[in-house]
Amino acid sequence: MTGVDGRDAPLEPVLSARALVKRFGRVTAIDGSDFDLMPGEVLAVVGDNGAGKSSLIKALSGALVPDEGEIRVDGRPVRFHGPLDARRHGIETVYQDLALAPAQDVASNLFLGRERRRPGVLGRVFRLLDTRGMRAEAERVLGELGIGVRSMSQPVETLSGGQRQGVAVARAAAFGTRVVIMDEPTAALGVAESAKVLDLIGRIRDRGLPVVLISHNMPHVFEIADRIHVHRLGRRVALVSPAERTMNEVVGLITGALRVGADGELEEVRDAVRTGLTRTGGGTAE
Amino acid sequence: MGPAELLGVTTMSLTAPRRAALSEFVLRTPAVGPAVALVFAVVLFSLTTDTFLDVDNLSLVVQQSLVVGTLALGQTLVILTGGIDLANAAACVLATLLMAKLAVGGTASPVTLLAGVAVAVAVGLTTGGVVTAFRLPPFIVTLGVLTILTAASRIYAGGQSYPVTDGLLGWLGTRQYLFGQIEVTFGMGVALALYLVLWYSLTRTAWGRHVYAVGNDPEAARLSGIHVRRTLLSVYVVAGLVYGVAAWQALGRVPNADPNAFQTGNLDSITAVVLGGTSLFGGRGSVLGTLVGALIVAVLRSGLTQAGIDNLYQDVATGVLVIVAVAVDRLSRRRQR
Repeated sequence: MTGVDGRDAPLEPVLSARALVKRFGRVTAIDGSDFDLMPGEVLAVVGDNGAGKSSLIKALSGALVPDEGEIRVDGRPVRFHGPLDARRHGIETVYQDLALAPAQDVASNLFLGRERRRPGVLGRVFRLLDTRGMRAEAERVLGELGIGVRSMSQPVETLSGGQRQGVAVARAAAFGTRVVIMDEPTAALGVAESAKVLDLIGRIRDRGLPVVLISHNMPHVFEIADRIHVHRLGRRVALVSPAERTMNEVVGLITGALRVGADGELEEVRDAVRTGLTRTGGGTAE
Repeated sequence: MGPAELLGVTTMSLTAPRRAALSEFVLRTPAVGPAVALVFAVVLFSLTTDTFLDVDNLSLVVQQSLVVGTLALGQTLVILTGGIDLANAAACVLATLLMAKLAVGGTASPVTLLAGVAVAVAVGLTTGGVVTAFRLPPFIVTLGVLTILTAASRIYAGGQSYPVTDGLLGWLGTRQYLFGQIEVTFGMGVALALYLVLWYSLTRTAWGRHVYAVGNDPEAARLSGIHVRRTLLSVYVVAGLVYGVAAWQALGRVPNADPNAFQTGNLDSITAVVLGGTSLFGGRGSVLGTLVGALIVAVLRSGLTQAGIDNLYQDVATGVLVIVAVAVDRLSRRRQR
């Protein structure tokens, strides 16, 4: 455990998990996984298709309730029964399909599910929305993050893929007070738009919010991440620094060609173990 | 049809941002196309017939569209969530029978009216409850409810219809004359008020935004922290309330509760919604569009009648119009993607 004696680990993780387990019938999606996110860092979570990254992230964002294990926020144990519980702890998630309402405008999407009402009788009795206030606030947040959108009253479906991603990220950044989780934010984007999103992640970190970045894209991970959490067969198999490891080494950890030995160094793995044939319930749900 | 097409040449000369703003306006105001169509129809029938553009005739057009127009208002809510309600007219008919029979039995008229509205709300609550609890398609659930209610109404009526003489129950049919010559009924005022209240709720409150978001993409709405089931249930209950008012409208229009009335009311209300530019796929549309859609049907029928065209051909024309409206909706979406 980290941060208990405050000597060798002065910082306490913002968000951590110990021995999480989630089973779907006979499939074990999370198989005793640990997780640690430190303040102010960008932590990349990498792993093969079916390694169970998404299940882990869903458990951390409240979209999925784990069967066993413990999640801690700032060191205190928590239980999430839904996305709203995680939100209440300041954890915001940008889902891969963005979870935007395409026919509604930018400002409405930014405040979707937590709309602001006018003060006084208009808001209390007539439930009147503070449309202008929300637009102004949306404009401020998007401007601060450098997301270029022509108008806050523009329907989201008229935006480019990168702009939509920007709106979803801005929503998370605006309301996240502790953690922003992003699931494959660059997967659907072109080169220029990906660069903008990476830039955006950096700016969110600079504002002091730690970011969990799930990605398949090694160059992106190495460009932006402070640490890399390698996920394989439902658990964390390594936590490495991109400054100390090469891309090939990380890929080796992902595929199981390499593993972290008892001495903390990487070692090669023989075939039978690597393919996971010795394990039961090796199939995992993404 | 949007103004972009109608303006034709003018559009070509607009600068790119202005054109974008225009298409955005059309996208955000889906009632523009139907409104243009309504004006077109009114002008067409005014020019081609002598009797259409007459104050009494226009008043009649509105009065004739009141019940279906009110049913269509509730239908709009359900369709905005991506559902459809086949049982709305059946709930309305059951409510009229209940009110009429209670009135005949001597129950006080306010109680009678409340009972009628309550039964429509109860039907909405049940429908919404089944849809949300078992995650069943609204089409199938309301088809079942339609069959049950139609039978229930006939059993309850016992092969009879019930004339209504009660003042309160027929009150919405009360006629007034504006400026001494324009005939209006209280029913028109109530329908207009109901439309305005729901327009406000859908466009100016968080509840309205949640209704649209649920119809747009239920999973995205859930992940955004919207209580999807609660929102859906509220929509069916509010729709039930509107159908209750439609029953009151029906008794004001024809003071007689008949189990065989409004047999195509469900489909007519869907027609009005679709003609009003609301998408059957959910999440897009407006109640003002539905108001226009209901008027389009009424104007078309009246105009064709004045032009001496048979009822059955009017049905054909309405059917063609519905298909055209859905096709326009589909094509305009495709262009957006």
